[in-house]
Amino acid sequence: MHYDLLVIGGGPAGYVGAIRAAQLGKKVGCVEMDRAGGTCLNWGCIPTKSLLRNAELYHLLTHRAAEFGFKFNDLSFDWEKIIGRSRTVSQKLAGGIEFLFKKNKIDYLVGEGVFNDEKTVTVTKRDGKTELHTADKFLVATGTVTRQLPDLPIDGEIVVGSKQAMVLKKQPKSIIILGAGAIGVEFAYFFNAFGTKVTLIEMLPRILPVEDEEVSAVLERSYKKSGIDVRTGTKVVSQKLSTTGVEVKLENGDSVAAEVLLVAIGVSPVLPKGLKLELERGYIKTGPRYETNIPNVYAAGDIIGPPWLAHVASWEAIQAVEGMFAGHTPKKIEVFPGCTYCQPQVASVGLTERAAKEKGLKYKIGKFPFSASGKALAVGESDGFVKLIIGEPNGEILGAHIIGAEATELIAELGLAITLEATHEEIEATIHAHPTMSEAVHEANGAAFGTAIHI
Amino acid sequence: MAEITMPKLSDTMTEGTLVKWKKKVGDRVESGEVIAEVETDKATMEMESFEDGVLTEIYIQEGQKVEIGQRIARIGDAGETPPSAAPATKAPTSAPVTPAPTAESSRPASGANRVKASPLAKKIAVQRGVDLGKVTGSGPGGRIVQRDVLNANPSSPTAASPRTAPAPMTAPVPAASGDTPPSSPPTATHGDKRILLTGMRRTIAARLLASKTQIPHFYLHIEVNAGPMMRVRAELNSALESDGIKFSVNDLILKATVAAVSRHPKVNASFDGDAVIEYEKINLAVAVAVEDGLVTPVIRDARSKSLTEISAAIKDLAARARSKKLKPEEFQGGTLTVSNLGGYGIDHFDAIINPPQSIILSIGRVMKKPIVNERDEVVAGECLNLGLSCDHRVVDGAIGAAFLGTLRRMIECPAAMLA
Repeated sequence: MHYDLLVIGGGPAGYVGAIRAAQLGKKVGCVEMDRAGGTCLNWGCIPTKSLLRNAELYHLLTHRAAEFGFKFNDLSFDWEKIIGRSRTVSQKLAGGIEFLFKKNKIDYLVGEGVFNDEKTVTVTKRDGKTELHTADKFLVATGTVTRQLPDLPIDGEIVVGSKQAMVLKKQPKSIIILGAGAIGVEFAYFFNAFGTKVTLIEMLPRILPVEDEEVSAVLERSYKKSGIDVRTGTKVVSQKLSTTGVEVKLENGDSVAAEVLLVAIGVSPVLPKGLKLELERGYIKTGPRYETNIPNVYAAGDIIGPPWLAHVASWEAIQAVEGMFAGHTPKKIEVFPGCTYCQPQVASVGLTERAAKEKGLKYKIGKFPFSASGKALAVGESDGFVKLIIGEPNGEILGAHIIGAEATELIAELGLAITLEATHEEIEATIHAHPTMSEAVHEANGAAFGTAIHI
Repeated sequence: MAEITMPKLSDTMTEGTLVKWKKKVGDRVESGEVIAEVETDKATMEMESFEDGVLTEIYIQEGQKVEIGQRIARIGDAGETPPSAAPATKAPTSAPVTPAPTAESSRPASGANRVKASPLAKKIAVQRGVDLGKVTGSGPGGRIVQRDVLNANPSSPTAASPRTAPAPMTAPVPAASGDTPPSSPPTATHGDKRILLTGMRRTIAARLLASKTQIPHFYLHIEVNAGPMMRVRAELNSALESDGIKFSVNDLILKATVAAVSRHPKVNASFDGDAVIEYEKINLAVAVAVEDGLVTPVIRDARSKSLTEISAAIKDLAARARSKKLKPEEFQGGTLTVSNLGGYGIDHFDAIINPPQSIILSIGRVMKKPIVNERDEVVAGECLNLGLSCDHRVVDGAIGAAFLGTLRRMIECPAAMLA
């Protein structure tokens, strides 16, 4: 078959790029090895949000039942059903994307795509049969996989990556999580909520190292309080399997043992086979139009490097495809939100305070704690705060950092503010409904200028 | 009598900025004549009239941005008196967007005059004294954002973002000589901007510098009587109107050029070290201004093409050039080039040869001038200046002159093109 666009990879970059091209009237094929939706939908964002919802509810019922006036005699959980619900959600959504492919008349080519040359791709189906496809343009969206430890490969039972950690057959009694980025931090919350003994080890001085320092500090306090053994600024010297699981030796001489080791130290690129693509730090190097060094081969999503986020990947794919077929000048990523779905949730957009300082920018800080928010108290979620970094003298929003319940939903307003180049005056002038958590954004904005009412 | 509205000049255009009126109130306008220059999201384009008559009213001023479909001018019957006794200086019916750089001016006005700008852009505009009405936005939907204001020069009356400034047909070449070092640029100040070269600008810089420094250029000019050609064009356009065919002045000049080159194969040639290559086919390259530069798409084997085919070919190539959809083979392999700055109001100029070609024609505008007719009377005529830049290694003065003479004959006696 000959296509206008052949997409390699069916994740958030691949499937979104394929649909956008189809909307533009192009004949599109999308090659996917596993299942439509990619890591995000099958092994990342979506199934973990399902697990975390279970964890939140269970944590609430086990730790705060009395506060809310609930009584239980024998509250218990069914691990298999918890995992099962998460898989059902993924299956349903993956099926939804396959339906969208049909609706948009996109050929969904299940199998491994390998470039024969710069213009043809062989797709090897699961039954071993091969198909040859050609296309005018290609979009490489092959994504990433978990980065492994060199001396202790993932075995799926004792040493696991995020993909295996979300389908463990039985709940481990103890787990060591290496790496306190979003993935490590989310799994730490999940396992801890169900009573697994969690040790969270991070080489850098704080958990969620890309977030604002104050946010990391509040989250670390909350984790320690809930019983997670958080070891920041801690280097692992060696790790080995033992009769009861794994043993990890730390630089300070300590050693930690657990049934399971979750490796969450980052990702590795999955490069497409058969092309000599120019790379930059291991990822595909792209130009301003998402073009690679090979004519008519474009790339988007995780495979072109950080930030490795589904919403960034989809946005990039749309930019790339509109650049190819709609005559638009594509944009490269500048401002994007980042979210971590532990409790309390963490969300941010724009610069951290440290980054603003390092750039030599003049700024003001506006901060408002949820403990002063009526809605937060009413729903029993008074942990955390909203922190805005506001440029001087013009009052543009340089960065926003939220920790607390629904932080990941609240951040959208501030993303819009940055994109529209709104200043503190527009936020001030916008009526925020009462009672909502979003009032805290308004109040944090006011706090920078001494006009917050409730603090 | 007709109301003229802002046309949709590109697929993605939602609004246009009226860059320049080419006619003023009271001027006669003929169908097909350029009445204004309009800047879209992609490029600055000419806007032709589809009506015959007199321009009786102009509703929007130069520099103003309006949405598609909004009325911008009125063309009335030839006999109709313009609504004002002094039409040229008549006050505009709607307020022009030329506000003084004050806080008031940066606030969005309502309706058509609304300047779309981000709150931050407005604030900075006030501080820097930038007139937002003169800034072209690069944000979503042409919205003016912070960087546009920072790039705009507060002291310049026509500050505009660089990517949308009308590109010259022939890129200027920096004056550089082998021996003397170039004088150092003035010290950069806060308002200055440094614009990195795009691939296209890099190519333009390299090729034209090589051309101007390595090819021994010489230049010839003649002024021809464009009247007969303009009459033929008017006749053709009226006779073929029902077929939906409409020729531009440039179409006829291209056809005349092909007819003249056919008779002078020595100008359709390249210098090749120890030989000169005379090309069998005439591959006519035409300079097209695009965003941030120019390209020269090629009408292949133009000798075998009719006027209609040439017209259609250049329309298609130019449109795709502007949307950056040309394939490389479509702008390579030209054997000579025509560059027409007539639409930009240029009387005459000398273009730089596009190597490895040996000639480039520089076409000026058709201008009304007194001319002496065959009965030795001074009458109003329409003149057109043709410039020819030649590579002296291939084309000598006499050959270039003979070619230009033939081209004059084709334009002054268009029927000769049929022969």
